[in-house]
Amino acid sequence: MANAIEASRLDVGYGGRQTAVKVLSGLDLSVEAGSFLSILGPSGCGKSTLLRVVADLLGPLGGTISVLGDTPHAVRSRRDVGFVFQDSTLLPWRTVRDNVRLPLGVGQGSLTRKIDDRSEELLELMGLAGFGERLPHQLSGGQRQRVAIARALLGQPKLLLMDEPFGALDEITRDRLNDELLNLWRRTGTTILFVTHSIAEAAYLGERVIVLAANPGRLVKDLDMRPLKQDGNRCKREDPAIVAAMAELRAALEQAS
Amino acid sequence: MRPAPLSPQLAIALPVLGAASLLLAWEYLLPLLGVPAYIVPTPTAISGVFQKNFALLMDNLRPTLIEALAGFVIGNLAAVLLAVLFVHNRILQATYFPIVLFFNTIPILALSPIIILIFGLGMTPKIVIAAVICFFPTLVNMIRGLDSASDNEHELFRVLSATRSEIFWSLRLPRALPMLFSSLRIASATAVIGAIVGEWIGSDKGLGALIIQASFNYQSDRLYAAIVLSSCLSIVLFCAVVLVERRVIKY
Repeated sequence: MANAIEASRLDVGYGGRQTAVKVLSGLDLSVEAGSFLSILGPSGCGKSTLLRVVADLLGPLGGTISVLGDTPHAVRSRRDVGFVFQDSTLLPWRTVRDNVRLPLGVGQGSLTRKIDDRSEELLELMGLAGFGERLPHQLSGGQRQRVAIARALLGQPKLLLMDEPFGALDEITRDRLNDELLNLWRRTGTTILFVTHSIAEAAYLGERVIVLAANPGRLVKDLDMRPLKQDGNRCKREDPAIVAAMAELRAALEQAS
Repeated sequence: MRPAPLSPQLAIALPVLGAASLLLAWEYLLPLLGVPAYIVPTPTAISGVFQKNFALLMDNLRPTLIEALAGFVIGNLAAVLLAVLFVHNRILQATYFPIVLFFNTIPILALSPIIILIFGLGMTPKIVIAAVICFFPTLVNMIRGLDSASDNEHELFRVLSATRSEIFWSLRLPRALPMLFSSLRIASATAVIGAIVGEWIGSDKGLGALIIQASFNYQSDRLYAAIVLSSCLSIVLFCAVVLVERRVIKY
């Protein structure tokens, strides 16, 4: 299968080229199209920075990166990438429906393909039917993240980048949204890069889990979870093989911190 | 522990009771204490002026209302437009914003005679003073409001390849509205102050002129009536802003 992301000797930092503080250094990474990649790492290891480079929100200082066989800029301009932030980033003055429809209202000028208004379908898919006219402050944290995911999916992106999307939710809601996200991924076949602080969440969701170390950010562990799971990336959280993988990831994370 | 909130009936009844008790004390207690009517006339004497001199009060209310309203609109509109220009051109902002802030430190009372010297004795200088007094708080608040969108919100719009004008209309402006309205609420009172200050310095019409004339002639009941009327004007403008705000900002 072709790769959705191909990064080679990738250096990323903030500041000028000469004076930059490196956040990621010499990162080599390939991500298969249609796969689910979990990214773990201590604070400051460049997990979110990596997503921002893929989304063309930040340019690399050195090395190369191709996304869906093209430059990150071209992919962003084609609206082939969706981004979900930790704090849902819903516009408080727009109703739920209008938040989901935001991609229809902005950035259409640069677009070569037409985006259909699938807001009703997506609201239903995310369990938000009947909530369309509510305002964001009238929703729970879990519902707000569902709206953010629906908005990211409106343009039918081939790549979904999720930056700790369930980090602020309680455990039960988080587990439920994990299952909903996996169902969504199986149905759409979208490649997902999922940044999280939770080892359990990374192991449960990812077909593959990578661990980054900090100062500067680099790859220290790359664990293929597919042999441990059934078809369709299915597993039980308490499965001994998953628990053992979590211990392995924890050890790598402790070393990386 | 925080005290339990008052019932809705009490929340309305208590302030009404408070105002009534103060008015009663003013009406009956102050004369008993020997405070002369030429210093503090009683509420009934002041309300008597509204009956006797209603036409005079309205004649003087009209110019103040026009000056305050025009100053409010012109001052705030100029502030909003300049704020939009500043946030879209950082070099211009860095060059001129400190100078604008410096002008804000000049007391309006010190500036008013210069404005009257420039614009003469008509309504124009009063409108200019009211506009100047509204301008600065709105400018500062509007700049802050237009810059108040979070990094994530800007990144969201960037992922969607939004243009600068789309970012302005769909993100920056709606984000700025709560701060704009909070300065418009303040400006609704200060615009009236600006108009009255202008009338003090050089006018024979308006509530400001009436206040000066009444105080020179020891017509304290008329003076107090003019003060009450200016306060009512501010309250009406304030309520109008709040009504518009409630229609615009629903979250």
